[in-house]
Amino acid sequence: MATPNKKETPLTMDVFTAGLWKENPVFVMMLGLCPVLAVTNSVENSLAMGAASIFVLVCSNALVSALRNFIPKQVRITTYIIIIATFVTLVDYIIQAVSLDLYNKLGAFIQLIVVNCLILGRAEAYASKNSFTKSVISALGMGLGFTLALVMLGGVRELLGAGQLLGYQIFSTNFEPWIVMILPPGGFIVLGVWLLLINYVEEQRAEKIINEDAVPHNTAS
Amino acid sequence: MSDSPQNNPNEVPPLPSSFSLISTLGVVSMLSGLLVVLVYEFTKPIIAENQRVATERAIFKVLPKATSRLTFVVKEGKLKQVLENDKTDGELIYAGYNANNQFVGLALNAAEQGYQDIIKLLYGYNPEKGCITGYDVLKSTETPGFGTKITTDEDFLANFNCLDAKVNKEITGLVNDIKTVRHGTKQNAWEIDAIAGSTITSNALGRMFNQSGHTLHPVITQHLPLIKKAKKQ
Repeated sequence: MATPNKKETPLTMDVFTAGLWKENPVFVMMLGLCPVLAVTNSVENSLAMGAASIFVLVCSNALVSALRNFIPKQVRITTYIIIIATFVTLVDYIIQAVSLDLYNKLGAFIQLIVVNCLILGRAEAYASKNSFTKSVISALGMGLGFTLALVMLGGVRELLGAGQLLGYQIFSTNFEPWIVMILPPGGFIVLGVWLLLINYVEEQRAEKIINEDAVPHNTAS
Repeated sequence: MSDSPQNNPNEVPPLPSSFSLISTLGVVSMLSGLLVVLVYEFTKPIIAENQRVATERAIFKVLPKATSRLTFVVKEGKLKQVLENDKTDGELIYAGYNANNQFVGLALNAAEQGYQDIIKLLYGYNPEKGCITGYDVLKSTETPGFGTKITTDEDFLANFNCLDAKVNKEITGLVNDIKTVRHGTKQNAWEIDAIAGSTITSNALGRMFNQSGHTLHPVITQHLPLIKKAKKQ
């Protein structure tokens, strides 16, 4: 049987917030990029994919964490995939029941959540080593961070590609939509620009912290 | 000193028994199956209702004069009426009737490989005039801004005010093959003027109407009196 982690770190706010920004699955860990590029041509699609991913991530991590002491190491990956595939199947049926239009828009990407490396990665790296509560909270943070990234891409792409946000016309009717933004290359362009901006901001912040740390040393010497 | 793996890191921990591995997978799979069956059973009627509503919406969109409809099935060249909940093999077609129970047209399914995936649609057919009168896309993953123009491009939609799909005298197929032609070169009523920049999707529509026309329209022509009388009986 798997060996439980005896020295588990305490539950803090960081467990939840890490996934939102500091360890954001898309902008920092670069995980699950296939749906990020494929379905973010509108905010509605981004939100739907985000909600489906949160459901699968939280439920699968909860079950993996609850069963972590009973799953032998040799079959853990197989077991995690069965668990993840189960919740993906459930979300597939649920979305069909909620809205067929939405289901048709998201196409095969709902079923492809099963191979999203973010979900299997969190099951293996976190849920299998941490308590139920921590796993659920961490998964929720990661899922919301993933959704935030999807919406950040979807918002820019829908605004520039269609002049709309959530279907509401934002730009005037004279605006000529940048069709490329809602096509696959638009996904790569917007992701690249967001990564550039985020890395620039993070770099500036790191430099500021280094400079602030260096000032007292200089004064003291 | 104990010989446990914790004290001797070089020692390989004993492998669990095969029974333990198989039973773990078995229990997880059973749990998985149970969850899937529960949600499937719960959502099945809701999904079926959603599909019925989507089909109904499409039928009345392509047959705007209809206020009621009947379902028929075409199988091996034969046509017969089916009740709403009957499970039948074959191609379902929908006949629309106005408030006076007069026949106004048919809604037929068609599908063809597009640029990205199969395009499925329901189209209106007036067998008396031999015209395809419009369509509603049921499923399409065509490229936004290009292939999706089949639902928005007014010039393209104008092809279907009355696209010629007349059945020949022998009632074996269409008089003229329906085909998509290069944008701006349409000369005949059975030709579809393609959308510039999305010729693959335009061609897919031409192929699907042609194939559906050759297969279904002769059967419909043969059984038209039955379809017209069905609502009054």
